Amino acid sequence: MRRWLLLPPFLWLLLLVAAPVAILAVIAVSEGSAGVPPFRPPLSLAEGWQGTLEPLRLLLADVFYLDAFLRSLLVAFATAALCLALAYPMALGIAASPARWQMPLAALVLLPFWTGFLPRLGAWIGLLRDGGWVNRLLQGAGLTAGPLPLLYTDAAMLVGMVHAYLPFAVLPLATVLLRRDRAVEEAAADLGATPWVVFRSVTLPLSLPGALAAFLLVFIPAAGEFVIPELLGPPEAMLVGRALWVEFFQNRDWPLAAALALALLLVLILPICLFQRLEDAGEARGSGPS
Amino acid sequence: MRRLGLALGLAFLWLPILLLVGYAFSADRIPFQWGGLSLRWFRALAANGRMLEAAWLSLRIAAGAATLAVLLGGLAGWALARFGRFRFRALFGVLAGAPLVLPEVVTGLSLLLLFVVLQGAAEAAFGWAPGRGAATVLLAHATLGLAYVAVVVQARLAGLDPALEEAAADLGAGPFTVFRTVTLPLIAPALAAGWLLAFTLSLDDVVVASFVSGPAGTTLPMLVFSQLRMGLTPEINALAAMVLGLAALLVGAAALILGRNGRVGDSAG
Amino acid sequence: MAEPLLRLAGITRRFGATLALDGLSLEVRPGEFLALLGGSGSGKSTLLRIVAGFEAADAGQVLLQGRDITALPPHARPVSMVFQSYALFPHLSVFDNVAYGLRREGVARAEIARRVAEALALVGLAGLERRRPGQLSGGQRQRVALVRSLVKRPPLLLLDEPLAALDAGLRERTGLELRALQRATGAGFVMVTHDQGEALALADRVAVLEAGRLAQLDTPQALYERPATRHVAAFLGAANILEGRVEPDGRVACAAGCHLRPAAPAGPPGTLAAFALRPERIRLLATGAPPAENGILARVKDLAYRGDGWMAVAALPGGGEWRVALPAGAAPPAPGAAVALAWAAESLAPLAA
Repeated sequence: MRRWLLLPPFLWLLLLVAAPVAILAVIAVSEGSAGVPPFRPPLSLAEGWQGTLEPLRLLLADVFYLDAFLRSLLVAFATAALCLALAYPMALGIAASPARWQMPLAALVLLPFWTGFLPRLGAWIGLLRDGGWVNRLLQGAGLTAGPLPLLYTDAAMLVGMVHAYLPFAVLPLATVLLRRDRAVEEAAADLGATPWVVFRSVTLPLSLPGALAAFLLVFIPAAGEFVIPELLGPPEAMLVGRALWVEFFQNRDWPLAAALALALLLVLILPICLFQRLEDAGEARGSGPS
Repeated sequence: MRRLGLALGLAFLWLPILLLVGYAFSADRIPFQWGGLSLRWFRALAANGRMLEAAWLSLRIAAGAATLAVLLGGLAGWALARFGRFRFRALFGVLAGAPLVLPEVVTGLSLLLLFVVLQGAAEAAFGWAPGRGAATVLLAHATLGLAYVAVVVQARLAGLDPALEEAAADLGAGPFTVFRTVTLPLIAPALAAGWLLAFTLSLDDVVVASFVSGPAGTTLPMLVFSQLRMGLTPEINALAAMVLGLAALLVGAAALILGRNGRVGDSAG
Repeated sequence: MAEPLLRLAGITRRFGATLALDGLSLEVRPGEFLALLGGSGSGKSTLLRIVAGFEAADAGQVLLQGRDITALPPHARPVSMVFQSYALFPHLSVFDNVAYGLRREGVARAEIARRVAEALALVGLAGLERRRPGQLSGGQRQRVALVRSLVKRPPLLLLDEPLAALDAGLRERTGLELRALQRATGAGFVMVTHDQGEALALADRVAVLEAGRLAQLDTPQALYERPATRHVAAFLGAANILEGRVEPDGRVACAAGCHLRPAAPAGPPGTLAAFALRPERIRLLATGAPPAENGILARVKDLAYRGDGWMAVAALPGGGEWRVALPAGAAPPAPGAAVALAWAAESLAPLAA
């Protein structure tokens, strides 16, 4: 009887998650038109198949889009790698701190996520602009004579990305490191391993699932990121998210934007599935008989 | 060594935010430049009609979306944790998790296309269709929030002894009474935390809102984004400080709730 | 004889390809303390959950006081259950936990207060009404769980490993309290356990389950002295298993290297027979020679002091080892010494399988 309670969320998800993706796929094979909305349905009762593979062909043929994809994946990879490099010592620090400090420290890491995305980007704009803090510090230290162009560079974009996504990377790592069985490390030390060898041969391998989860948790959203490159990155840095935005809002080429979205989805499907499997495995471990 | 890594990481996370808050009280018209203590830009903000209007709209959308998300996501999380195997469970799980992993641009574009198609269908059927705006943003944000609430509720239930609900039934409680007297009180903290999460997500979203909104539905993040594209203004700086203040309040509330939640969880284990 | 409190008839439950319960039938008498004893996978917990209504049987009937309750949902069944995890509601006080079932019955407030106070006093928890379960010790939680179920005065209480979560020191005392409570309330208790000592010490009768079937249902003494099957004998502790072929004269030629003369004929000549022989039923003879029947000459391989005596491991001429309990007081034989062992015919408990 209570099965009926499943219906509202299920129908909602079918309508607002499954159907949109299906429509996306359909419009990716539609022909653009000057009308409103600016595409022609690929299949109509009167005229039969009206679709075209032109948008998809364009994606593969035009180096511009291939470039955008490669650049996006590179930026996402760099962001995830930098996040991981910063997050690992942070997670270790949290796990190594006294038990009553662990929750507050974890909260301190997570809090910036709750403080909003745009305010933080605003802060970086203020810090990195020509007369901003960073340039004043550099000049004050006598490192540069004039202001360095820091804002609207790849570096600024990466800093913004890492700042935005770092909390996502710390959390799964800290979870894994906090849950670990210290006795295993003590056993390794007891068997003659030095602290560094214990870390390298026991702690690090055991935390790899958490590290992979952290990496993917950053990589997946970073690959489609639009706002940060737009606000901090160089104008010519065309990433998939930006290309999609431009095709949609400026060029009003809906089929091409849909094709880009579909392609992005296909590129990310592998990491997404990998991430889901990691999550399921984690859940199975977590909810086992205790 | 480990302490140092943590300290540096926290400094990287917090320094820009703290500076932003500090300089919101500067009188200088150039952001991040100290011109003496002043509430000038907060007053300017209070007089900015467009900004206030957008903020009010965003708050209403966020509250509505979070409430819808808690109702639907709570049911979804409950079903995923407690209904055992049912038909299409795998599909249901994938759909409930999808908004968490889909890139924002994909979610935004696909939802917009859905709304366009529905509008077209409504026009064909009734000769009239509602325009896009606050309502479509609300639907989109409720969908995002649903996914987050479902995860939080499912995790909470997974950490609870299923025998609790059986014990209630064994003591004579019917299915509805079991839900009202045992399940609901135990997942209430997760529902509250989920509501706050969905509320914050909605208040923070630029991309999805930009896609699905219409001319009449400019949310606060959309407005802030369009201004940040020109660079940081002291008014935006003041607004950011206020958003941070609000977020801190919400997080404080969430921490209190989750803290209680944690203690209850301990006693259950 | 009075009508059984609980009658299970042909209960079958399948999980996928495995048969958890295989046409199991069993009766619980009014006011009886019955233990369901079995290893993991024996089906004992599934059986309990079927009686409580959390699992549906694929076939068979559950009758409580003659009434068929097979199709009733858990909340409509008058039986109560104590969960292995106790399943105390973490968000409710001790008082509200115990009152939960009474509130569902619509008992008046004053009556609830009276009955809860009475129940808590019965188990020595008066004064802890306001506490949350998280603020109680393991033993206190167990007692709250117990009275939460008992306060409804169910005719039948089901207990799923009620002592398993307790420290060893607390277990024996709590077990005795449990039985005193059962005697005081007069309710039928069905307790699932994997601990044979617990089952033998507390229950009026013990049902040993094996692979979804009832292997033996008997009083603890009968079960211990005369296990019906090899499995029951093994499960109830260190019985020696003697096997052999029946000879034309009715004796059994034991594989260990002796002749057995059971109290009753073991079967037609030529068939295989098996017996359980408890270590404390074997005597050590002062004379150096064992009797021709029901005796054997063995060598002491090892000795272990057990406080109330010694446990000797005796190596047999035909191969294999027996355990022999030696009472305290007598000087134990030296390891390696040859000893003559003997036992009474009645001590040989024939095994069915």
